[in-house]
Amino acid sequence: MQRLLLLGDEAIAQGALDAGLSGIYAYPGTPSTEITEFVQNSKQARQDHIHSTWSANEKTAMETALGMSYAGKRTMVCMKHVGLNVAADPFVNSAITGANGGLIIVAADDPSMHSSQNEQDSRFFGKFAMVPILEPVDQQEAYDMVHYGYDFSEQHKIPVLLRITTRLAHSRAGVKRKDPRKQNDLKLPEDLRQFVLLPAIARKRYRNLLKAQELFIQESETSSFNKYMDGPDKSLGIIVCGIAYNYLLENYPDRNVPYPVLKIGQYPLPVKMIERMYSDCKEILVLEDGYPVVEESLKGLLGKGLKVKGRLDGTVPRDGELNPNIVAVALGMEDTFGLPVPSIMVNRPPSLCSGCPHIDSFKALNEVLALLPKGRVFSDIGCYTLGALKPYEAINSCVDMGASITMAKGAADAGLIPSVAVIGDSTFTHSGMTGLLDAVNDKSPVTIFILDNGTTAMTGGQDSPAFGKIEAICKGMGVEEGHIHVLRPLKKFHEENVRIINEELIYPGVSVIIPRRECIVTIDKRMRDKFKNAEAPV
Amino acid sequence: MKRDIILAGVGGQGIISIAAIIGTAAIDQGLHLKQSEVHGMSQRGGDVQSNLRISDKMIASDLIPYGKADLIISVEPLEALRYLPYLSSDGWVITSTKPFLNIPDYPDMEKLMDEIRKLPHYVALDADEIAKEIGTAKAANIVILGASSPFLEMQYEKLEDAIRFIFKRKGDEVISKNLEALKAGREFTQKQMHS
Ligand SMILES: Cc1ncc(C[n+]2csc(CCOP(=O)(O)OP(=O)(O)O)c2C)c(N)n1
Ligand code: SF4
Repeated sequence: MQRLLLLGDEAIAQGALDAGLSGIYAYPGTPSTEITEFVQNSKQARQDHIHSTWSANEKTAMETALGMSYAGKRTMVCMKHVGLNVAADPFVNSAITGANGGLIIVAADDPSMHSSQNEQDSRFFGKFAMVPILEPVDQQEAYDMVHYGYDFSEQHKIPVLLRITTRLAHSRAGVKRKDPRKQNDLKLPEDLRQFVLLPAIARKRYRNLLKAQELFIQESETSSFNKYMDGPDKSLGIIVCGIAYNYLLENYPDRNVPYPVLKIGQYPLPVKMIERMYSDCKEILVLEDGYPVVEESLKGLLGKGLKVKGRLDGTVPRDGELNPNIVAVALGMEDTFGLPVPSIMVNRPPSLCSGCPHIDSFKALNEVLALLPKGRVFSDIGCYTLGALKPYEAINSCVDMGASITMAKGAADAGLIPSVAVIGDSTFTHSGMTGLLDAVNDKSPVTIFILDNGTTAMTGGQDSPAFGKIEAICKGMGVEEGHIHVLRPLKKFHEENVRIINEELIYPGVSVIIPRRECIVTIDKRMRDKFKNAEAPV
Repeated sequence: MKRDIILAGVGGQGIISIAAIIGTAAIDQGLHLKQSEVHGMSQRGGDVQSNLRISDKMIASDLIPYGKADLIISVEPLEALRYLPYLSSDGWVITSTKPFLNIPDYPDMEKLMDEIRKLPHYVALDADEIAKEIGTAKAANIVILGASSPFLEMQYEKLEDAIRFIFKRKGDEVISKNLEALKAGREFTQKQMHS
């Protein structure tokens, strides 16, 4: 079969399409976005009527996928690592309901926080939910693991977590495809109470899950994704997870590592394989991208027994992404370095595009707030978070999606009046709406800016689930009509906008201000597409 | 054969196109390839880079180790310097001299050029100017690719084929302008090497 040059994300998507996927569910989030986008742009997916439109957030995505699995079809949910926090409730419980049709959850972690607010390791979540975890070493394994994951999920009736990191998600390499499989037919669970987690049923199912752990470990012992490669020098044994294996090999150009190596691609950990290394070797080095998950479980609380080296003892830095140099140093090899960066170097941080509607919104807001003491603007996650930087320095928080409205309310409850929230349209429907309801029910003195640029811009301009619905949602939640204002964030309306914002800041209840103007990058893209279509021969 | 290349620039300057063209040519020649890109946050006018690795053997890491890059190809002079720790002792820097001014504290141009002139092996050219002469300011990235082509250890025709393939949907006019840009960049380097 043909060899394709694919991003890790795309390899997963192609793997799912070839393995008989019926629907993919996701909310965008770097570095996971391209998985769903690949399915959306795939002719194969369109022909086979595979569902791929965006969900409102990761929780709705996870639950919808669970519904598709209930109905017997193969499905995938994709999210960035922090998305799994949002989807945690259905995710953890899905381990107890189990799956019917194959269910794979893809969590894309971001060690070094290239575009995230933390570097949490989704393997902890997998372990917490007690589901099997797959962690590919490269794009080909990412592709292959999707097939394997669906088989595993359907055979053991369990959701499977596929964990990748930014480096694999956004790196391209050749991938060989397998023969495509057909989608499953509609087929309900044999036991129609499988998904009813009433305590009496849940207790039984939970015990089944506990019992299944032994089986999962056995599967890990024989899985082709876990490999024990013996080496002559037993002074050290190396346990290496996922993509870290590549950094190890990079340091041995002929690929001959002198030490025994255990390459891990499937969890729960293969106990017997680890036991073998433990009895054969004098010391153990653990190389894993992310948290010291394997290292911690090996070391235990007291750290007795064999010496285990890794992130916890400083052999490897405690935070940040791995690379070939870090691994070289951990192996006691000499480090390599090119030339120093000249002292004239300066940073070039990302910034709002010139002409961005958020700029006009921040200018108006800053002008009004200049009269008050600083520190009352609670923001959210999106392009507008760049308003924290110079020259705007307009916002004082960015924590998690939706936290703007709720934090503003909490601060107002504490006496910080007026409090201001700034949230994007897509973030508002992701998880701002429920916070708005709290504020309305409490008549909190907060002024909420819903910056409506008509898209989910930060992650590359995906459709916004909020499109055309914002005023109706606010009214429906009980915001008074007279305190909902749509503004045009443009220079020529600046004075008028400042006046309206001023009035609403004084109002001692919930006001919603909606600056509405399309993101210039999406306008650009729309115009180019239109032009392209107009040019195409009919 | 092995080429480890750092591609550098600012979001929107077209380094992904350079990567795609080299990548297509490499695959066409039956070589192995790994290419790590930056997506997301840094696209908004921030610095972007891509690690492109080509080899006739299997490639292990997606990332190039420090001190091991054969080439730094940059469409912007300040960005060329940002990745010097990756450059190997006999590696080359190919860079445009045209600054992308979107930060208030951009270094003094003279000092910046001094730093570039200090490099052991470099080719520096105003790719924007050359692209404009050809009549397509947008092809500055392809001029830089052309200037890098003598160092790629690839058949030049394969790069031309790759341009035809990548720009297929944009029509013959765009293809021929980009081929011209590629040639102009290549000739700049060849002239410098022979003088
Ligand atoms: C739980 C979670 N999911 C996804 C993301 C990734 N993400 C960050 S901002 C953003 C979109 C923001 O869109 P919007 O609120 O409309 O603001 P815009 O970028 O368009 O200004 C997304 C999807 C995240 N940080 N956290
Ligand atoms: S992508 Fe759109 S929303 Fe984001 S900074 Fe640029 S113009 Fe503004």
